[in-house]
Amino acid sequence: MNAILIIASKEFQDGIRSRWVLSISLVFAILAIGLSYFGASASGIVGFTSLATTIISLSSLAIFLIPLIALLLAYDSIIGEDEQGTLLLLLTYPINRSQLLLGKFSGHAAIMASATLFGFGGAAILVAIITGQLNSPELWKSFGFFILTATLLGWIFIAMAYVASVMVSEKARAAGIALMLWFWFVLIFDMLILGSLVINKGASGGEWLSYLLLLNPTDVFRLANLAGFEAARSYAGLAHMGGGQLFEPLALTGILMTWVIAPLLLSVWLFNRRRI
Amino acid sequence: MKPVIELRGVSKHYGNFHALDDINLSVGEGEILGLLGHNGAGKTTTMKLILGVITASSGEVRLLGKSPIGRHADVLRRSMGYLPENVSFYSQMTGREVLYYFAQLKDIATSTCKELLQRVGLSHAADRRVGTYSKGMRQRLGMAQALLGNPKLLLLDEPTAGLDPTATAEFYEMLQILRQQGTSVLLSSHVLPGIERYIDRVAILGGGRLLDVGTINELSLRAQLPISVHARGQWPDVDWATRLSKRALNFQHISEQRLELTAHLDSKLELMRILLAEPTIEDIEIISPSLDQLYAHYNQPKPTEVDL
Repeated sequence: MNAILIIASKEFQDGIRSRWVLSISLVFAILAIGLSYFGASASGIVGFTSLATTIISLSSLAIFLIPLIALLLAYDSIIGEDEQGTLLLLLTYPINRSQLLLGKFSGHAAIMASATLFGFGGAAILVAIITGQLNSPELWKSFGFFILTATLLGWIFIAMAYVASVMVSEKARAAGIALMLWFWFVLIFDMLILGSLVINKGASGGEWLSYLLLLNPTDVFRLANLAGFEAARSYAGLAHMGGGQLFEPLALTGILMTWVIAPLLLSVWLFNRRRI
Repeated sequence: MKPVIELRGVSKHYGNFHALDDINLSVGEGEILGLLGHNGAGKTTTMKLILGVITASSGEVRLLGKSPIGRHADVLRRSMGYLPENVSFYSQMTGREVLYYFAQLKDIATSTCKELLQRVGLSHAADRRVGTYSKGMRQRLGMAQALLGNPKLLLLDEPTAGLDPTATAEFYEMLQILRQQGTSVLLSSHVLPGIERYIDRVAILGGGRLLDVGTINELSLRAQLPISVHARGQWPDVDWATRLSKRALNFQHISEQRLELTAHLDSKLELMRILLAEPTIEDIEIISPSLDQLYAHYNQPKPTEVDL
């Protein structure tokens, strides 16, 4: 069997053994069901709400949660092996560093993908049964796209966690970098953009500001999921942003993929230079 | 003897720090070489160079005649086993699962794992989580892992650290069997007492330099370490001081019946003749310099040496 596959399947089994897959799936499922039921409570209604509202609220919450889970899952991937003494041992085996890293990444990616699929997928099925929308192609399309992009978002932050993990010589530092990444991409980045909008009084820069959003994968994820709904665009105040071709769901998905590949390649490059 | 490991003028520098300087060393087929040295002497760095995990700053490392680095080295790596110094493995997996994982990575049939676990004495604990293992059991699991695929060459970094005396003895018995099968072993250790019997040659590292290499006897001769002789007998009138004055370095007449002295290794036989010439002598015991003393001799504190 191929080395990458062996390492990936070990990593995935670790995820099942340590109940990562189970607990992430449950968190996602509860989140999705809860939001689809209470999602419209702000407007005074309780009960299963429109698909658009559900997806919008879900993506807002996913932006906080998925990066955090992904970073937690993977921050110690390489540095953890190093501290256990297994990294040096593995490198004396007939595998090279890139194979080791890609194998571990594939395993973590599979954990994330299955948790997203089971969690959100299960919730979607449940909601569809309750609301009698089992035959609605709209529901499956939106949820399918949401699951795909949520998985990509998870992979992006797993890849970022790998960069942190190969850079450091101590687990605690990797955890610190992971937290900083989360703060930057989830909280600070958007705050800075909002701030600059307010300072400019919205007078200028609408165009380049929307391109600036592409530099943050969580914003790309949000845009991708909102783009599908005309209603959502105005609802989320995004109507004036990102009207270009780059902001079509397909293109945004491509950008998300780029966001997976770039940090992953960076981590491979850094790992090959790491002093053992 | 064809060398299995060969190091020619190997140095490894990290910036200004000289981890290893001009090391020349070889290990032959079926030979057990002990790599001794204090912490930071360069033992682990030497192993990493041989394993091909790091590259030498200068000099040449050859494993079975080939470089341990590069794509073709995968073949070499299948005929090589390594036991790292501190390895705690994956605490969530069972011993068997860990061994299966490493067997798969080494492309070895997992059916050999059962026999290996038996050989290192872990069959009873094979299905327990590694997290519950004692240090000794982890070391055994590490050994099983190193033995995957019947390697021609074993590199063992502090293999007996944390093992109790019985387990240590068992471990060295296992090495004897492996040696008879032609396996070459390079082992590093700072646990010295009792390992003399099991190793063929010793290489002593200090401050990144190879201080000396050879059999324990050769090293003792070179280091001019004294032997001790204890004699017992009934000799009220013998004047040992005059008789032995030329040969003994140090001489103590403990009582009428007991005599203790130290002497150079090369005057051993002459001393014996003098002692045996006295008919009242009842018993002679010769204590050769131990590895401990040899080690201490080479590691006498030098003010310029930095302990890292």
